[in-house]
Amino acid sequence: MPKIIFIDAANRKYTVEAPAGRSVMDAAVDNNVPGIVGECGGSAMCATCHVYVESPSSGASTPVRPEEEVMLEFTASERRSNSRLGCQIKLNDTLEGAVFRLPERQV
Amino acid sequence: MSQTTNALVLDCDPYSNEFLEDPYPFYDQIREAGAVVRLEKYDVWTSARHKEVHDALADWEVFSSGHGVGLHDSIKVKPWRPPSIILEQDPPLHTRMRKILMDILTFDALKRLRQTFETEADLIARRICDQGFIDGVADVAEAFPLKVFGDALGLPTQGRHNMLSYSAVAFNSMGPQNEVFLKSLVHSEEIVDWTMKQCAREALAPGSFGAQIYEAADRGEATLHEATLLMRTFMTAGVDTTVNGFSNALMCFSRAPEQWQILRSDPGLARSAFEEAVRLESPVQTFFRSVTRPTRLGDQDLKEGERILLFLGGANRDPRQWSKPGEFDISRRAMGHVGFGHGIHGCVGQMLARIEGEILLKALSQRIKEIRPTGKPSQRLNNTLRGLATLPLEIIPA
Repeated sequence: MPKIIFIDAANRKYTVEAPAGRSVMDAAVDNNVPGIVGECGGSAMCATCHVYVESPSSGASTPVRPEEEVMLEFTASERRSNSRLGCQIKLNDTLEGAVFRLPERQV
Repeated sequence: MSQTTNALVLDCDPYSNEFLEDPYPFYDQIREAGAVVRLEKYDVWTSARHKEVHDALADWEVFSSGHGVGLHDSIKVKPWRPPSIILEQDPPLHTRMRKILMDILTFDALKRLRQTFETEADLIARRICDQGFIDGVADVAEAFPLKVFGDALGLPTQGRHNMLSYSAVAFNSMGPQNEVFLKSLVHSEEIVDWTMKQCAREALAPGSFGAQIYEAADRGEATLHEATLLMRTFMTAGVDTTVNGFSNALMCFSRAPEQWQILRSDPGLARSAFEEAVRLESPVQTFFRSVTRPTRLGDQDLKEGERILLFLGGANRDPRQWSKPGEFDISRRAMGHVGFGHGIHGCVGQMLARIEGEILLKALSQRIKEIRPTGKPSQRLNNTLRGLATLPLEIIPA
């Protein structure tokens, strides 16, 4: 089970563990990390699981698909070059220790 | 119920009045019979479990919408109207059409609508407080979206009720030609005529969502014909669904007065309350898919060309996914339900619907102390949708 780290807008740090195959959004929601909403349940349709991928710099294990690309235009907080939707990043062992910063707001 | 080689075969009819009136005991039966089972009467697969419904919706390449999302394969059986240019298409056409709507329904566009929505919701809240005895369907659930969604879409104020009739026929036509469908066909010629007229560019207010579809056509993103069809889908899918969502939500609260008090004490729960109502009493109950290549779903092997009926409303009450699935609990985390669908065909207007629901429930909770049922709500039977015809209520102002 990869361990990943969320840091919210107030610099609070949450370290969570989740099984490979679950998404970064699932990992946050399953562990009650505030600051990730995941309103659409992982369909890449609401942009309320917006994260900034801090490390690894490669971004994440999965490439940005067209539906995610469109939704990234919808984020409530500013889109940056390292913006991703947490629901579209599936956990695997290469993400062990990955750090995701959370935006100020999701809705 | 009988057993064939290995798949359970059920003999219930999901389009009978008895089923449409109260589908939940049937969903329990289907769900407990197996992950994926056969429906004898229509010779199709079906599932009412969350995992299988979710998995099928997620995989558009294997579970295609291109043959229609109703009972009949729209390529083999001529549908009541030409198939939707987005709901009943696969990529790449689906992707191109969806992008046009997504570019219109941006976060900023929705934010700009908030204030007008709030004003209108408060107006309705005050009006029904004065009235005292109301019909929750006509006075709230229809009144709100017909006004705010109609305005956002850019429609003239006259005749907006036709949208409800049009959409009732469109969703009924996804089932068999039963009495429910035939009844809704009354006056349908005038209604279709009205609808197609409102889909025309000249009818739409400048700057509205509708006008923006045609602007996308001007930029070469769609043909004029495609823009008209996209506009038609926008109207069909955006009103009846929300009307049902709001009437169902009001019904849930009228049955669970303690939940209303929880909402009143924390209006911040309005958004999750609406979400929970969509889970529990899902406005869209069913969608079909066509299997494009041999695949396995649950414990069954599905063949190319076979059709499967996915019970969204059944998945949303699967005890494997939700604890006490039949209970209305606005504090629960309802996300992950498939009431707005899932995957590439997930409701494109879901964020707009959520804003409408949130604002409406918040406004009502601030003005109303109690919502009391004064009679039995009556279902408006539809082959695809679940919603009410009437919801008699007494409103006790705060």
